[in-house]
Amino acid sequence: MIGIVNYGAGNIFSLTSALERQHLPYGMVNTEADLDKYTHIIIPGVGHAGAAMKKLEDTGLVEPIKALKKPVLGICVGMQLLTAHSEEGDATMMNVFPLQTRLFNKDQGIKIPHMGWNNIDHKNNPLFEGVENLTQFYFVHSYFIEYNPTFDIATANYGMPFSAAIHKDNFYGVQFHPEKSGIAGEHLLKNFSNLKQ
Amino acid sequence: MLSKRIIPCLDVKDGRTVKGVNFIDLKDAGDPVELAWQYAQQGADELVFLDITATHERRKTMIEMVKSVARQLNIPFTIGGGITTVQDAEALLNAGADKISINSAAVRNPELIEELAKNFGVQFVVVAVDTKLVEGRNMVHLNGGRLITELETENWIRKAESLGAGEILLTSMDHDGTKQGFDCGLLNTITQMINIPVIASGGAGKVEHFIEVFEKTGVDAALAASVFHFGEIPIPDLKQKLKYHNIPVRL
Repeated sequence: MIGIVNYGAGNIFSLTSALERQHLPYGMVNTEADLDKYTHIIIPGVGHAGAAMKKLEDTGLVEPIKALKKPVLGICVGMQLLTAHSEEGDATMMNVFPLQTRLFNKDQGIKIPHMGWNNIDHKNNPLFEGVENLTQFYFVHSYFIEYNPTFDIATANYGMPFSAAIHKDNFYGVQFHPEKSGIAGEHLLKNFSNLKQ
Repeated sequence: MLSKRIIPCLDVKDGRTVKGVNFIDLKDAGDPVELAWQYAQQGADELVFLDITATHERRKTMIEMVKSVARQLNIPFTIGGGITTVQDAEALLNAGADKISINSAAVRNPELIEELAKNFGVQFVVVAVDTKLVEGRNMVHLNGGRLITELETENWIRKAESLGAGEILLTSMDHDGTKQGFDCGLLNTITQMINIPVIASGGAGKVEHFIEVFEKTGVDAALAASVFHFGEIPIPDLKQKLKYHNIPVRL
């Protein structure tokens, strides 16, 4: 069963609805003890990354999450929380991935936020099993995670290549919103729920 | 590559979609959930629901509808109509809306844009602008084009961006309902002027109009109502034709 980290950063109704459509059972993680109840953990997140990190710290869940050995998926700002630092609010993050979350550069002739459906070039990670390469997913964000070949499992392009998905050990992050990405997104959530411990 | 978005717009009254909708296999054309699901199946990239309810029950009915839609729909959607406070917006966010669209409330109280952006992020805030050409100047109008304001469209949009709008939904009242094509001149001016996404609205009558607006202007999305509702332009056909013209779309 999937546990959703409930730390008050954004609305999770769309995520729980997507899980329900896939008949994936879920519950809420409010305390460290709750983490033991679930086989898979999702960290959602919308809004300001620095503020989200502060909220997560207030729950006391940062270290317990970092110590987990079960599959963990960060979505959007939830993914950015897993990096070392975000330019949004100049915030120190969880540092699961030694990566930087940076602001898109409008001098490259791109509009900010990056909003809409963009192709991803994925590297056959189990998270993307059955998802055709270059499928479009729904993105909405102004900050991005720098491309790094060690952790990147899917790349998107917006002015420059950036990481649409990352992976390290049992930790996964996706910048797009699988709960809003049509059938492909629902498929990805299902794949996550099938990842082995 | 970021795709150009195709957005059907649905009018909602008392929790029911209004205006005739002519889908062959639709059981209940007034059911926003079924209609939304059908559009998602057809390949719509996003939906806009415009609430035109005028009764006191409006808020409650709308929240229930948004929840029902969010439960079923796997693409993003925006809610517009009657949002005047941060509390209104928050209730819609918690019910599952991805974005809210504000129009006259933003004109009357521009700080609302700033407050919404600060509380929920710029990506949540769409500022809808209805514009009409008056004596050679593009002027912002309210109440579906019936009420002129003192704001020049270009200036107002620039201000909305600086206050924290994440996207502009620009409807040309001169083109709306004519089916003669989008206002490409103004849309091009606006997209060159600002650095946030723009949705073109008003004037779509045939596939060529969509090709034209994406080829001649920098808009990110095109919105239409009747041509989709009456099946005049099936979305899969539209997207195939856009792709044929090398316009990036999600298929």
